[in-house]
Amino acid sequence: MRVVELENVSFYYGSTLVLDNITFAVERGDLLGMIGPNGAGKTTLFSCMLGLLGGYRGTIRMFGEDIRKNGRLFQKVGYVPQRKTIEQNFPATVEEIVSLGITKTLGEKIEGERIASALDIVGLVDVRDKRVGELSGGQQQRVLIAKAIVDEPELLILDEPATGIDLETQNRFYALLRRLNQEQKITMIWSSHDLDAVSKLASRVACINRSMFFHGHTHEFFENPNLLKAYSEASMQAHMHLHDHQ
Amino acid sequence: MVLEILEFGFMQRALVAGVAVAITTSVIGLFLVLRKNSLFGDALSHVAFGGIAVGLVAGIYPLWTGLGLAVMGALGITKLRQSTKIPADATVAILLSSGLALGILLVSASGGFTLDLFSFLFGSILLVSVTDTLAILAMAGVILSIVIVLYKKLVYITFDEEQARVSGLDITRLNYLFVVLASVAAVVSMRLVGILLVSSLIVIPNVTALLFGKGFKKTALVSVAVSVFSVITGIAVSYAFNLAPAGTIVLVQVAVFIAALVARHSPKQVEEIKA
Repeated sequence: MRVVELENVSFYYGSTLVLDNITFAVERGDLLGMIGPNGAGKTTLFSCMLGLLGGYRGTIRMFGEDIRKNGRLFQKVGYVPQRKTIEQNFPATVEEIVSLGITKTLGEKIEGERIASALDIVGLVDVRDKRVGELSGGQQQRVLIAKAIVDEPELLILDEPATGIDLETQNRFYALLRRLNQEQKITMIWSSHDLDAVSKLASRVACINRSMFFHGHTHEFFENPNLLKAYSEASMQAHMHLHDHQ
Repeated sequence: MVLEILEFGFMQRALVAGVAVAITTSVIGLFLVLRKNSLFGDALSHVAFGGIAVGLVAGIYPLWTGLGLAVMGALGITKLRQSTKIPADATVAILLSSGLALGILLVSASGGFTLDLFSFLFGSILLVSVTDTLAILAMAGVILSIVIVLYKKLVYITFDEEQARVSGLDITRLNYLFVVLASVAAVVSMRLVGILLVSSLIVIPNVTALLFGKGFKKTALVSVAVSVFSVITGIAVSYAFNLAPAGTIVLVQVAVFIAALVARHSPKQVEEIKA
């Protein structure tokens, strides 16, 4: 069953074309690695898929329904944004933040069990009563994952969640993604610049650079030297473009 | 002395209204402070000043005209923030100066400052009438009921608007509703400390509570406790020493804040935090 389907999705920021006719689908149980150079449009694409940007052309369907026609579809979606620093003085505890992810009225007992289970999955049971702002960057990111999975979503969208986290924490984080996908059976779309991690974790890869550059099985991308060369050239160009504008 | 204070009707009304205002402003203030919008309450009270001047000139109960204009100003500024790229602090400055300008214009046109207008500028908790007390209690009751019902949603938009939007919350409507609640809270608190000191009620108890608070609910409760303590102590001290209640309340708040700051940074506390 298709969890997400995009058909000819295009998006302009003013007069600048940011997404050009993107078409792909994600099947239930997939772990789709979304890769692309800086400025390729990955975050814009996620914003369209999550209903945060509405002015796109084309069609985005989730669970078989057009997201423009049914906003309640997002209740089945967990979202982990690009890493943001949480204010140190934000007073909410880890448990309070995770509870924000529960959108239904479940009753105190079930909510407590759900929160405990989500914290157990991400390995943060010991810090449940701590202020979220006191935690390290990696722990904060795991809190956001716990919040995203506490409502038992069918789809998890993660936008470069491991950027800026040390290597050891990144590896633990990737192991967590694998567990969520394989043990909790959560379909995932995960954007990353870490090609090594994507090659090891993702079942499929979508590579965009404003338009769809490649979409298929992970091994097809990583075993094709021409695709890898083209990707690295595009990344280099994007890097130089960014450098020129700084 | 406590019993002596409670014998007077005006003191009873002052304490009842003062505690209602203390609870309301500290609860609304926690969201404002965490959203880096501490001066929004100040701007709203200045707009309300314009509305109060309208009421006094037109012979209408001034709290209602103040409330009306503050709500309209808050909604207008929220719309302006959402539809333009004007920085948030600049919109606060626009709101603040336009309300004050309207007030000054009406006051000068009507022949100068009246005693009533002064009481709104500097607070007059000891002069609150039964009508004022009932109006304050009603407005405080409405604000607190709505905050309790929407508590989780308000915490979510305070934590992260984007994630809250993805989870299905109608952020635009919630933001409009919140600024209306903040307007009501600002107008309610003018009677206690006056237009010029409204932001102290919104900011100081919450900044004090944030020094210690572990948990959103606990921080809100600490803030309410600091606010209620400061108001009751301020009213009692001002009565005992014949001082201005508004200034006394705010100075008590500042004293509690400084004491909390010292306690938080005492060597023993620092050792405990490190441990």
